Amino acid sequence: MAPEISSLTIHEVSSLLARREISAVEALESVISRIEAVDGSVNAYITKTYGLAREQATRADVLLAEKNAVPLTGVPLAIKDILCVKDVRTTCGSRMLENFVPPYDATVVGRLKACGAVFVGKTSMDEFAMGSSNETAYFGAVHNPWDLDRVPGGSSGGSAAAVAADACIAALGTDTGGSIRQPASLCGVVGLKPTYGRVSRFGLIAFASSLDQVGPITKDVHDAALLLNAISGYDPKDSTSVNREVPDYTRALKKKITGLRLGIPEEYFITGLDPEVEKAVQAAIAVLRGQGAEIVPVSLPHTQYAVAVYYLIAPAEACSNLARYDGVKYGYRSSQPENLREMYEQSRSEGFGPEVKRRIMLGTYALSAGYYDAYYKKASQVRTLIRQDFTEAFKMCDLIVTPTAPAPAFKLGEKLSDPLSMYLSDIFTIPTNLAGLPGMSLPCGFSGSGLPIGLQIIGNLFAEEQILQAAYCYEQNTDWHVKKPSLLRGL
Amino acid sequence: MKITRQDVAHVAELARLRFKDDELEAMTAQLNSILDSFDRLQTVDTTGIKPSTHAVDMSNAFREDTVLPSLAQAAVLANAPDSEEGCFKVPRIIEV
Repeated sequence: MAPEISSLTIHEVSSLLARREISAVEALESVISRIEAVDGSVNAYITKTYGLAREQATRADVLLAEKNAVPLTGVPLAIKDILCVKDVRTTCGSRMLENFVPPYDATVVGRLKACGAVFVGKTSMDEFAMGSSNETAYFGAVHNPWDLDRVPGGSSGGSAAAVAADACIAALGTDTGGSIRQPASLCGVVGLKPTYGRVSRFGLIAFASSLDQVGPITKDVHDAALLLNAISGYDPKDSTSVNREVPDYTRALKKKITGLRLGIPEEYFITGLDPEVEKAVQAAIAVLRGQGAEIVPVSLPHTQYAVAVYYLIAPAEACSNLARYDGVKYGYRSSQPENLREMYEQSRSEGFGPEVKRRIMLGTYALSAGYYDAYYKKASQVRTLIRQDFTEAFKMCDLIVTPTAPAPAFKLGEKLSDPLSMYLSDIFTIPTNLAGLPGMSLPCGFSGSGLPIGLQIIGNLFAEEQILQAAYCYEQNTDWHVKKPSLLRGL
Repeated sequence: MKITRQDVAHVAELARLRFKDDELEAMTAQLNSILDSFDRLQTVDTTGIKPSTHAVDMSNAFREDTVLPSLAQAAVLANAPDSEEGCFKVPRIIEV
């Protein structure tokens, strides 16, 4: 029996579509049936957009018939609910934007539409992307497809869970401190955070503007290259996007890795790292060495300060970005405020959840008179040191290989009441955002209890091709990425 | 103890947030535990280190000052909690 279309990758669906063995409408209906079967258990979607998807699929079939198709034409994708899709409710996982319907597309969304991609829905996320477990989502927690009592990671937990559960072919996520890579790791899929500036942030609802980046969450490395091809490039509407040629990332895949120097930073193999994670990552390093990569010990001495730096800088930027939610132009407004001040305070207090308020408070404090030097300025200086650590390390190596997360997926509720312990789950992903570097998580094994483990590959600025090259080589020599969660089998 | 309940109340006012008494209590405890763990930053010697506001160095991004079409007024006002005659409507600001 042929596998369900929903279980396939972009490149598999795309070649079936190109050969007209299936239609875009059939591909979509397969994904819709899968969503209907599994999403009651997983809760990956906030909004399903089947109506829009059916129109897109019908148009894609015309493009395919006319031989005007590109690799994403007719491929059913999921979009994190932080990215604006014109005329589709975009909530950012918050009560504040529960009824917000953007009048325009995010640039990445427009690019995917231009490719003829099909959008099946908007995926769940931690509120305003603030969280590492998807539990701060106003619309309810997402469940990890590998163990429904566990978190999918966050903040792109809905996208990662939807990909892992075959409830889409691939998805877009966003990553501010690990929000693509950590959920990809916890859900056993591939997640790539591009270099800061590689992908436009226009229409991405801002959390921390110097750190946010859009990227693919996919079933394999080839798909990550295909999605990256589609979303990358300069955008005059985002003045921090970088005007630099976009290569065809799929061309990097088949290059041999002989002589590629992989840096292993001792600071990422510390006490507190789950022994099963360490074992899987060491085994992955051995596979890469077996393929001809050279292993180089490197040091990133300021790693231990990254969490503190991030949790001062990101909330500082967030409290400024989130000042726009005042109940005036869009978003939630409290009923019957007596005056303007009351309208601001009540709308914000009722519209934001606890974690968002905590970060607004932390950021406002770090920027307030008398504390700016000790907190925000100090953090920005240590950020420079963290960037310099990477600059030095990349003189010794081409890529840096580490675990993505210190442990596999934790239980729902386990860390929700302890913000600090939640913050530490991003310990290995945060430094790359602070330095603007690209990083990928890909499956590299399972714990004894069957939970996925992720390998992180970090590149120098704009070295996505080398990351893809090493990741693809690893994937060709292992079969972790083809494993599917048995819980959802037969649904 | 880095931050007192009074500090938290003051920061809440700056951030235009309101907290009930028990929430203020919990927020004070949480912010203290978070800030305490960030103390290690103070041990880093940052003499002469320039702060990074961005990870990728770039200077000002200029473009031609060209008039381009913008969103239709009705499309923008469609998301407003309240509007009247093409304007966003808010509670009275000036007492008469």
